[in-house]
Amino acid sequence: MNAAQLPNLIPLLPEFVLGVGAMALLLVGVYRPADTGRFIDGAAIVLLALAGVILAVLPPGKLVTLGGSFIVDEFARFLKILALLGSAAAIAMSIDYAKREAQERFEYSVLILLSTLGMLMLISAADLIALYLGLELMSLPLYVVAASHRSSLRSTEAGLKYFVLGALSSGMLLYGASLIYGFTGTVSFAGIAQAAGQGGIGLIFGIVFLFAGFCFKVSAVPFHMWTPDVYEGAPTPVTAFFAAAPKVAGIAMFVRVAVMAFPGITSQWQQIVVFVSIASMALGSFAAIGQRNFKRLMAYSSIGHMGFALVGLAAGTSEGVQGVLIYIAIYVTMTLGVFAVILSMRRTTGMVESIDQVAGLARTHPTMAFFLAMLLFSMAGVPPLAGFFAKFYVFLAAIKAGLYLLAVLGVVTSVVGAYYYLAIVKLMYFDEPVGKFEQMPYELRVVLAICGLFNILFFLYPAPLVGIASAAAHSLF
Amino acid sequence: MTSWPILSVVTFLPLAGALFIALLPEDEAGIRNARWAALWTTLVTFVISLILIWRFDPTSADFQFVEKRPWLGGAITYVMGVDGISLPFVILTTGLMPISILASWTAIQTRVRDYMIAFLVLETLMVGTFCALDLVLFYLFFEGGLIPMFLIIGVWGGPRRVYASFKFFLYTLLGSVLMLLAIMAMYWQAGTTDIAALLHHPFPLSLQKWAWFAFLASFAVKLPMWPVHTWLPDAHVEAPTAGSVILAAILLKMGGYGFLRFSLPMFPDASAQLAPLIYALSVVAIVYTSLVALVQEDMKKLIAYSSVAHMGFVTMGLFAVTAQGVAGGIFQMVSHGIVSAALFLCVGIVYDRMHTREIAAYGGLVNRMPLYAFVFMVFTLANVGLPGTSGFVGEFLSLIGTFRVNSWVATLATLGTILSAAYALWLYRKIIFGTLEKPALFDIRDIGWREIAIMTPLIVLTIVLGVYPKPVLDISSASVAQLIDNYQHAVGAVHAAGLSAVTR
Repeated sequence: MNAAQLPNLIPLLPEFVLGVGAMALLLVGVYRPADTGRFIDGAAIVLLALAGVILAVLPPGKLVTLGGSFIVDEFARFLKILALLGSAAAIAMSIDYAKREAQERFEYSVLILLSTLGMLMLISAADLIALYLGLELMSLPLYVVAASHRSSLRSTEAGLKYFVLGALSSGMLLYGASLIYGFTGTVSFAGIAQAAGQGGIGLIFGIVFLFAGFCFKVSAVPFHMWTPDVYEGAPTPVTAFFAAAPKVAGIAMFVRVAVMAFPGITSQWQQIVVFVSIASMALGSFAAIGQRNFKRLMAYSSIGHMGFALVGLAAGTSEGVQGVLIYIAIYVTMTLGVFAVILSMRRTTGMVESIDQVAGLARTHPTMAFFLAMLLFSMAGVPPLAGFFAKFYVFLAAIKAGLYLLAVLGVVTSVVGAYYYLAIVKLMYFDEPVGKFEQMPYELRVVLAICGLFNILFFLYPAPLVGIASAAAHSLF
Repeated sequence: MTSWPILSVVTFLPLAGALFIALLPEDEAGIRNARWAALWTTLVTFVISLILIWRFDPTSADFQFVEKRPWLGGAITYVMGVDGISLPFVILTTGLMPISILASWTAIQTRVRDYMIAFLVLETLMVGTFCALDLVLFYLFFEGGLIPMFLIIGVWGGPRRVYASFKFFLYTLLGSVLMLLAIMAMYWQAGTTDIAALLHHPFPLSLQKWAWFAFLASFAVKLPMWPVHTWLPDAHVEAPTAGSVILAAILLKMGGYGFLRFSLPMFPDASAQLAPLIYALSVVAIVYTSLVALVQEDMKKLIAYSSVAHMGFVTMGLFAVTAQGVAGGIFQMVSHGIVSAALFLCVGIVYDRMHTREIAAYGGLVNRMPLYAFVFMVFTLANVGLPGTSGFVGEFLSLIGTFRVNSWVATLATLGTILSAAYALWLYRKIIFGTLEKPALFDIRDIGWREIAIMTPLIVLTIVLGVYPKPVLDISSASVAQLIDNYQHAVGAVHAAGLSAVTR
C-alpha cells in the first residue's frame, strides 16, 4: 500500500492518542493491579489534556478525512474541547469517592477514556455510519460505569435500565438512518442534504426516528424516562460524568445532523425540535419541584436544560447554533460545579443525597454554600451570572426566527424552574443547620471554585466565548 | 467630558467594598469592621456621586459622563451615562445607602458580614440600573438586584420571610423575562441595544404594542401597579427595616424609571393609545389601595399600601406626558423615595424597641418619645401631601399635568389624597396620641443620636424640597422637555399620517 492511498490521519490524532492511551492504561492496570488506580486516574487526565492540546494545534480550518466521514471544523473543535474538559473533571471528581467507598478500580478511568473517544468521533461524524459507530462507542462504556457499583442494587438497576433503553433508542436511530438512506441513497450528510430536496413523507419518518434516538441520548422529553432513575442509581461521580460530557456529544450530533443533513427542510424538522424543546423545559421545571433527592433533581434539571439548549436548534439558524454552543458550554460548568457539591455531601456516617441535608450550609460551610447558591441562580438564568447569557443567546435566536410562542413558553418555564433552585438556596441560607459535612476533598474544591468563579465572573469578559461560539456556528453553515 | 470613568466608579465602588468585607474574619472585631467598612464605602460613594451633580450640565438633554467599552461583542456594548431623568435616582440611591446601613447598625445582629455584603452588592446593581445605557446591560443590573434582595428578605426577615421572599423573586422574575424577550425583538428590529440610539428608532406599531405590554409586565410588577402589587405588602412586612427602606425608596422607582426611559420614548404610539389603560389602573391603585390601607393592622403593611397608592400618582402623571405630569411623576418618585424610606425607618425605630409592628400594640408614645412624635409627624404629613412638604409638590404637579389631559382621571385621583390623609392621620393618632396605658411602653426610650443622625437629613430634604423644589425640577427639566417633544412629534406624525390617509 503506498502512502497516497493512506487516509490523512492528522485530524484523527487526538482520537489516536486517546485510543492508544486507553489500551496502554488497560494493560498497565491488568499487569500491575495493586495500587495503580491513582496513577491511572492521573494518566487518564493527562491523556485527555494531551488530546485537547493536539486538537488546539491541529492545522486551522476545515479538515476532512476518511473519505469525508470524519470532519474537524470549528464546531467540532469547540465541542471536543468541552467534552474533554467534562471527562477530565469527571475523572478528577471520582478519585476521592472511589477511595472512600472502596471502589478503586482502574477500569473506571479507562472506560471513561473510551467513552470520550466515542464522543470525539461522534462530534466529528459526517455520515450516518460514523455517527452510529461513535455513538455506540460512547454509550457502551456508559452502561458499564453506571453499573460499576457491583454490590449496589440501585447501581445495577441503573446500568441495566440504561442499557435496555439505550439499546431501544439505538434501534430507533438505526431504523431512522436506514429509512433516510433508503429515501436518499446516501449516508453522508452532504449527500443527504443534496438528495433531500423538498423532503417527503418517507424522509420525514426517517428524521422522526433519528431524532427520537437523539432525544434519548440528550434526555429530552418524551424520551427522558431513564434519566432520573439512572442519575439516582448510578454512583455519584458517574452521574456527574453523565450530566456533562455525553450531553455535549449528544447535542453536537443533534445539531450537526439537523443543520448539515437537512438544511433545505428546516421548516419540517423544526416543529419536532420545538415540541421536544417545550416539553423538556416544561417537564424539567415542573417535575423537579417535588424531588427530594439531589441527584434526581439534577436529572430533571438537566432535562430542562436540554430543552433550553434545543430552543437554539429550533431556530435552525447560525445564531441558534451559536446559542446552543454557548448554552452547552455554560451548562457543563454549572452542572460540574453542582456535582462537586453533591459529591462533598458526606457525613461521618457516609454519603447523603437528600436536598434537606444542605440545610444551613451557609453557616456550616459558607464558601461552599455561596458557590452553590451562585451556580443555582445561574441555572435559574438570573443575571449577571453565566446562566443568564446562556438563555439570552438561545432566546435571542428564537426571537429572530420568529418562534415567539416557544420563546414565551420557554421564559415562563424558566421562572417555574427558578422555584426549585430557589428552594435549595432557601434551605442553605434561611434554614437552621443540620450538622457539618466532612472536609471537602481538594480536587472537588478546585472544580467547584473554577466552575463557580466562571459563572460569577463570566459577565466581566464574555466576548471570547461568544466569539468562539459564533465562529464555530458559522463553520456549519 | 470627564477624564476618569466616574459612573463606573460610583457603580462598582460598593462592590469593591463588598469584596473587602468578604475578606474580613467573622469574629467580634470583624463584625465591627464590616459595619464601618460598609458605612464608609457608602459614604464615599455618595460623595463621589455628588460630583456628578457638580459637573452635570442641566441645560443639556443629552446623556452625560458617557463611557463606552466593547462587551458582548457586536452591537451589545458596555455603555454608561446619565441624563436629567436618571441622575436624581442615582443620587437618591447613593444617598439612602449610608442611611440604610446606619439603620441596620444594631438591628442586625446575626450574620452581619453577609448582610453588609448583600447591601453593597445591591447598591452596585441599583446604581447600575439607572446608569446603564444599553438594554442588555440595564436588564443585567435590573434583574441582578433580585438575588441580594431575595437573601435580605429571606435571611434577615420576619416570620413569613420565606413566603415573602419567594413571592418577591418569582413575581418580579416573571414580569422581567417577558421584557427580556421584547428587548431581543427590539435588538433584531433596530440592530442595536444602545438606548441612546433606540430613543430615536421608529419602531413599527405592531412591535411597539407587544413590546409595550412586555415592558409593562416588568415595570408594573416592579412599581408596583394594581393588580400585580400583592407581593409588595408581603415583602415589606417581612423584610428587615433597611430592606423595606431600599425596596420602597429605590427598587420601586426602577419601574417608574423604566416607563420614562423605555415605554414612553421608545413606544410613543403605543403609549398614546394605551394611556387610558394606565389611567384606569392608576386610579384603581390610588383609590382601592388607599381604602385597603385604611383597614390594616400592621404599620408596615399600611405604609406599603400607601406606597402603591402613591405610585399610582406617578404612573398617572407620567402617562399624561405633559411637562407638569412628567416632572410631577419624577418629583413624586424622589419625594416618595425620601418619605417612604423615612416612614419605614420610623416603624423600624419602634420595632427595634418593641419587636412588634401591630398598630394596636402602641398608643400614647408622645408622652415618652416627644422627638420621635415630631419626626413621625413630619413624614406623616409629607405622606399626606401637606403643602410645604415634598409630598405636596409631586402630587400637585402630577394632578395638574393629568387634569390638562383628562380631568376625570385627575378628579378621581384627588380622592386618593383625601383617603391618604385619612389613613395616615389615623395611624398617627393610634400610635402617638392617646394615653400611654400599655405597660410594655412605660419605659420605651426616645430616639438616640444615631437615629437623629439618620432622620435629620431626611427631614431637611422633605421640607426644603417642599418649599423649594427647583433643584430637582431643574436637573430633569431639559431631559423631560426633550422627552415630551419627541413624544409629541412621534404621536403627531402618526396622527398626521392617519389623517392624510383618510383625506386621500
